[in-house]
Amino acid sequence: MDILLKMEHYSIEIHQYENGFTEKKLVPVSDLNLELREGEVTALVGASGSGKSLLAHGILGILPYNAAASGTLWYRGEILTQERLLKLRGNEIVLVPQSASFLDPLMKVGKQICQGRPNAARKEKMYRILEEYHLGPEVAEKYPFELSGGMIRRVFLTAARMGEPGLVIADEPTPGLDRELASLVLGHLRELAEKGAGVLLITHDLEQALAAAHRIVVFYEGKKIEEGKTERFLHHETLCHPYTRALWQAMPGNGFICPDEEGSRI
Amino acid sequence: MKSMVRGLLLVLSVCAVTFFLVSKSPIDPLQANVGQAALGAMSEEQIAQLEQYWGMDQTGIEGFLAWIKDLVRGRLGVSLLYRQPVTEVIGERLKNSLFLMMSAWLISGLLGFFLGGIAGANAGKWQDKLIRGYALLTAGTPAYWIGLLLLLVFGVWLGWFPIGFGAPIGAAAQEVTMLQRLHHAVLPTLALSITGTSSIVLHTREKMAEVMGQDFVIYALARGEGKRKILFDHGFRNILLPAVTLQFASVGEILGGSILIEQVFSYPGLGQAAVNAGLGSDFPLLMAIAAMSGLLIFCGNLTANLLYRMIDPRMRRGGGAI
Repeated sequence: MDILLKMEHYSIEIHQYENGFTEKKLVPVSDLNLELREGEVTALVGASGSGKSLLAHGILGILPYNAAASGTLWYRGEILTQERLLKLRGNEIVLVPQSASFLDPLMKVGKQICQGRPNAARKEKMYRILEEYHLGPEVAEKYPFELSGGMIRRVFLTAARMGEPGLVIADEPTPGLDRELASLVLGHLRELAEKGAGVLLITHDLEQALAAAHRIVVFYEGKKIEEGKTERFLHHETLCHPYTRALWQAMPGNGFICPDEEGSRI
Repeated sequence: MKSMVRGLLLVLSVCAVTFFLVSKSPIDPLQANVGQAALGAMSEEQIAQLEQYWGMDQTGIEGFLAWIKDLVRGRLGVSLLYRQPVTEVIGERLKNSLFLMMSAWLISGLLGFFLGGIAGANAGKWQDKLIRGYALLTAGTPAYWIGLLLLLVFGVWLGWFPIGFGAPIGAAAQEVTMLQRLHHAVLPTLALSITGTSSIVLHTREKMAEVMGQDFVIYALARGEGKRKILFDHGFRNILLPAVTLQFASVGEILGGSILIEQVFSYPGLGQAAVNAGLGSDFPLLMAIAAMSGLLIFCGNLTANLLYRMIDPRMRRGGGAI
């Protein structure tokens, strides 16, 4: 399968001022090399605060003003310049965000899906996709506060499919959902991959990654510490890094052992 | 219904406080309106008669109750200074003031909304610094000083506008044209607008800066929407509600500002009448103006609440599920 997105020596630096005087430099993502393939879900697993979301924002070019990215991004074999990104963003490179707060509370959902330009063709496409997710056309006339968490996620998926999604970045797409709904959303993401898109699933939950992803990348303090096909992550013995083993053992089915007790060897 | 009762109580307490303050006022109505020299030449009976005219025997709770009783019967009394029924004085003055206040209210509201919105959307950049600097400067400047400055520049130096009053000096009331009235109202309106704008700019700027940092703005950016589109689609949409509240709550500020401004421009409006009534111990007029101001401000706030319920979909549909 073709490589969709390739990151070479990709780093993100944040400059902060402490007490207003001393400048402090943080490196939430450092020297990352990563490949995302078409038709695959790649899960990026890491603890909260490990720089996962910033990485997503970096790819989308929406980093906060005090953050700067360095390194090279390749998209479909060509360098992803800011200029090219502006053309692709929202159409080919799309974000599936976390929660309802990513919707404007005062705008009807349908209008937001169509990005305020609800012409007939776009509307028709929207209704078709909504229906695939078992949402009726009346959903488009509702405001975000009138929808449940599960419906909100499907609205995000609909919005992501309004263009021609090539790269789908799902940043923690399931918090606040119960197991069943969460696996439904993950299933929809996998469907997108089956349709040919490359999906980057950002999560803190290794179990979720095991269930939904083809490949798994483990992220720890801004660095990639382990990468491989999902099958390799099914067994304790095949894991290389102690942090991954600790993560693995912390899963409910594997003993529920906290890294603090077991992971003192890290 | 509940808010009606609340409004009634508010007006009542405003009246009570005003009454208390007037009755404790150190101004002796006779001294203020008749003058020391004239008083000295009067007999005891004449003075007693005057004291009764100025209501000096009517202080304390009884006086207040008597006034309330008259109010309920719809009698606001006769202005002691203007020797006209209070309702007539207020009606005429209100006509002048209302135009002044309404236009200043609209101008400051609209200008404040857009300037504040632009500043907030560019938080930290030069546009923000410029607009915020202007707002802080005018917020720290007393209204009457701005009035004097405008008078000096446009009235005296440039001579574009008259230096005071609501109509040309010496003209008969019937001869004054609408255009002349407008011409006289320009500078006071401008002064009032300038002072009213600053607080709206600063409040709106904070709100806009907050909105522009929200998740949904990040999402819109990630979906390839341009900055201008985001500002108009999401920014202004989300600051409209707080702005409406602010706008109607600022009725009081405009009213308060008009008192000073009308004084500076000798503009024959309600504010000037209030000052005259206060300094001249015109008790019926002052009470009526206080009651009316209370009512006006209350209506402003009430309208804000009702509008809020109408505009906000979260309040309109689904019933306050926030």
